[in-house]
Order: sequence, then C-alpha cells, then structure tokens
Amino acid sequence: MSEMASMGGAGMDGAWIDAALTAARPQAVAALLRYFRDLDTAEEAFQDACLRALKAWPKNGPPRDPTAWLILVGRNAALDGVRKRSKSAPLPSEELISDLDDAEAALADRLDGEHYRDDVLRLLFICCHPDLPATQQVAVALRIVSGLSVRQIARAFLVSEAAMEQRITRAKARIGAGDVPFDTPGPLERAERLSAVAAMVYLIFNEGYSASGEAVQAKGSLCDEAIRLARLLLRLFQGEPEVMGLTALLLLQHARAPARFDAAGAVVLLEDQDRGLWNRRMITEGLALIDKAVRHRRPGPYLVQAAIAAEHARAERAQDTSWARIDLLYGDLEQLAPSPVVSLNRAVAVSKVAGPEAALAMIEPLASRLSGYFHFFGLKGGLLLQLGRREEARAAFDQAIALANTTAEAAHIRLHLDRLMQDGAAAEK
Amino acid sequence: MLYAIFCYSREDVVGAWTSAEDAAVMTRLAIVEQKLAVTGRLGPVVRLLPTTTAVTLRKGRETLVIDGPFAETREQLLGFYVVDCEGLEQAIDAARELAMANPGTGAYEIRPIGLYRPVAVRGLPGGAMKRFGA
Repeated sequence: MSEMASMGGAGMDGAWIDAALTAARPQAVAALLRYFRDLDTAEEAFQDACLRALKAWPKNGPPRDPTAWLILVGRNAALDGVRKRSKSAPLPSEELISDLDDAEAALADRLDGEHYRDDVLRLLFICCHPDLPATQQVAVALRIVSGLSVRQIARAFLVSEAAMEQRITRAKARIGAGDVPFDTPGPLERAERLSAVAAMVYLIFNEGYSASGEAVQAKGSLCDEAIRLARLLLRLFQGEPEVMGLTALLLLQHARAPARFDAAGAVVLLEDQDRGLWNRRMITEGLALIDKAVRHRRPGPYLVQAAIAAEHARAERAQDTSWARIDLLYGDLEQLAPSPVVSLNRAVAVSKVAGPEAALAMIEPLASRLSGYFHFFGLKGGLLLQLGRREEARAAFDQAIALANTTAEAAHIRLHLDRLMQDGAAAEK
Repeated sequence: MLYAIFCYSREDVVGAWTSAEDAAVMTRLAIVEQKLAVTGRLGPVVRLLPTTTAVTLRKGRETLVIDGPFAETREQLLGFYVVDCEGLEQAIDAARELAMANPGTGAYEIRPIGLYRPVAVRGLPGGAMKRFGA
C-alpha cells in the first residue's frame, strides 16, 4: 500500500513484506520521531529501514518483530548518517547486525509500554495542527502516518501531484514551525489529543466515503486507511468507549460500500440498497464493538452514531428498520452534539414515524442555518412531494440541484424532478 | 486423537492486507482444509474477529471484566468453548458461570467469531468422522 512497500516484489514474500511495512509504519515513524524530534529525519530513517528490510528480509526471513526491527535499523541508519557527516566511526552495517533478535526483544519490551501509545498518539496529533485546514490535516496524516504516496493522495483529492506535493510540504513546514509536544501528556491532555485524533480519523473516512463517480475508486482506500487507524487507536486505548464507537461507526458505514452505487455509478439510497451485498464481517465487528462500548454507560457522539448505523445494519429489509429507535437515538445525539445537520437527519426518522408534516415542521426552523446545504433542500422537496405540494417541491429540488456537491447528487434530484414533470404531464391529460 | 491447531500471527499485518490478498489467503487455506475434510479429519473451522472486539473476564474473589484480549504471559491456554449468545452480556454471563464452576486464578477471553464452519464435509464412512458427531 505504501510506495516503499510497492517495491516489495511479487509473490507471497513480497505481499507479506508489503503488509508488514504498511502495518509497522505508524508505530515505527512515531518512535523514530521521539528519538530524533524531527519529522523529516524520522520519515527518512523509516524509509531507509524499509529499503534495508526489502534487501534483508527475503534473504534472512522476516524478523520476529518487524516494527522493532524497523525502528532499530532506522535509528542506526540515521545515526550512522549523522556520524558519517561528522567523520567519526560508522556503526556496523546491517549485514553484521543481521541477527537482531536480542536487541529486538529488548526494544519490543520497551515498545509495549505507555511510551509507545503516546508516540503514536503524538504522531497523529501533530497532523491535527489547528492552523491546518481539515483537508490538509487529512493529506498530511495520509502521507506521514499511513505512508500513502503523494501520487495516491493527489488522486484521492483530484489535484495534480505537483499541487499536492506543495500542499504537503507547506503543511509539514507549518507543523515543524510549531511546538511538537514531546512531554508525556497528562490524562486530560491525552484525552484532548485522543478526541482531536478521532475527529481527524473520521475526516479521513469521510473524504473516502463522500466520493462519487470516478473518484470512488481513487478515494475508496481512504475508508480502509481510516478503519486501520481506528483499529490501531483502539489497540492502544482499549478501554475508550468513544474509540470503540468510532471504529464501529466506520465499519458499519463502510460495510454498505458495495451497495451504495449502481453499475452506472448512480447513488442507490439506503432503502433501495441490496442488503445482500453488505459486508457481513464488518457488520459483525461493528456490532461487537458497540456491545463492548455500551457496557461503559457513557455514550458519546460516535457511539450514538454507530448505534444509528447499527439499526440499519440489523434490519434485514428496509421496511424492517426501527425508525422509532433511530428517532430516539438522534434525540440523544441532539443532546450530545447539537447541530442543524443532526436535527435534519432526525427529521428523516420523524417523517417515517410521525409523517411528512411533522418532519417539515421540524426542519422549517433550520432553514436559515442550512440555506447552503444540499441535503436540506433534498429532504424538504421530498417531504413537500409526499404532501402533494408539487410547486413548492419543485422549487426545493431546484435549489438542491444548485447546491449539489457531486454529479451523482444532482442526478439523483433530477430523477425526482423528472418524475414530477411526468406526473404533472399525466395529470394534465 | 483429536488435535486443536491455534493460529497466531500479527494482527496489524493481516489487517494491512487488501481484501484481494485476504481472499487469496483464504482460498489457499481452503484447499488444505478441503484435503483434511475429504479424509474426515477436519473439525470446526473458526476465524476470530480482531482482538479489539475482545473483553477478558479475570477470575478472582470477584470477577472483573476488562476491555481487550488476554495479554498475560504467566498463564497458558488450556481450552476453549464456542457459545451461541444473543450478545456480549450473555457471553459474559456464560463465562461467569464457568468461572464459578472453576474458581481460582486465570481468565476467560471472550472474542466474537467472524467465520464459523462446523464440519466441512460429513457422511464419509470411517471412525475419524464419527468423532465429530453427525
């Protein structure tokens, strides 16, 4: 998956090495960042270590702990570089230290501690620099933490490689100019970092999830990356219900990916999706995580959103959906994280439970705050249509099309409009 | 003699496989499984969900449920159960009952199962098959 890893060659060995390098990257770069306190040095050291792994592993077999091996070799390589520049004696080459088992074991012990946890959290946290706009946070995290190539990231953001290169360089300069927090965080700070990092992981996911049309292919892997990062966070912070909730939410949403678009790339609404295409293993994992999280009796916004996604996942057919429970859950979410978008989503559940009139009354007060929001007008048009207020519905759909973010969104609304026109023509006859 | 074969690997590495790689591995394993199955030597096959989904019930004067997999090195794996439950709470209740029946030290890790195949091929004549029941 990473550009280094793609040099791993063909066959089973190559695939294994690819996966091992990809998996090791966040931990290894994070530990190297702690040693060198400089992001570029840490990244270069890791890259160096990967090149050496590609030479050494096929010959000597994979090390018992690939992450520890990469950290040790990366650190030595970087120190060696420093020594060479200062013309002192170099460290032995990796040929001479090929048997790293003892050193590995000692390092692995140290890696298991709190240190390790805070290393990874720090690496993710510096990508959430408050001066960086959300999309740049996502780009930097994908480059530094996930190790995606600039070309892969550029493709996902639909910009040229040169433009993305420049964007990432600038963002990294900004991060470098700020204070990277190397002190061990206290409990409160750790919680704050964790919540910023969780939000960023969710942003990465959304970047992938909101893709449509041709971008689905290029961006789809961002969802997998986000899930990998969420699982990593959860392995490090095993008792955090919101991290369980976040991971569950991503899994449950991504499970629907195979059913979200038809062969022509058009959006398939949740209620029309072929539920047989949903990924059962992801759903099972998501539901299991929710089960675990609710035991803590401290529901947060991610967990409640996951619980809403779970209601859909549990319904075998669209008509089996428990809209009453979804309405209640959105009520909880309005308390925990009030926003007009949450209220708008709740209105969908209300329309199913109490009818379009009640839902319309609910969204009217949101009009001023959501005047630039595609989904507001999409839902409003739909509700008006259900009530037979065709002219008003048409006006709302027109506004929705004007605000559509993707061609798939616009195409979907156009379907409604076409149907309105046809029905209108039929009524006139 | 019946044997259990436990599969150990690095979860983060397996988690970094693409779905195509994952499917390819499962296909290669299925060939081996099939070979065992046709000679009546294959019992249940299980793929567990990631350790992130696990909770662990610690035995003691009072049992304690903690998030995460069993991570101690002082104790050894002595056995396992497969139970069909409504949800995690019911599975924890089952583990608690086991702990009451066998108090002392130790733990039960409770991990959801992602893939379960009871017995791949049945009905071949021969003693080996009968061990797994009909």
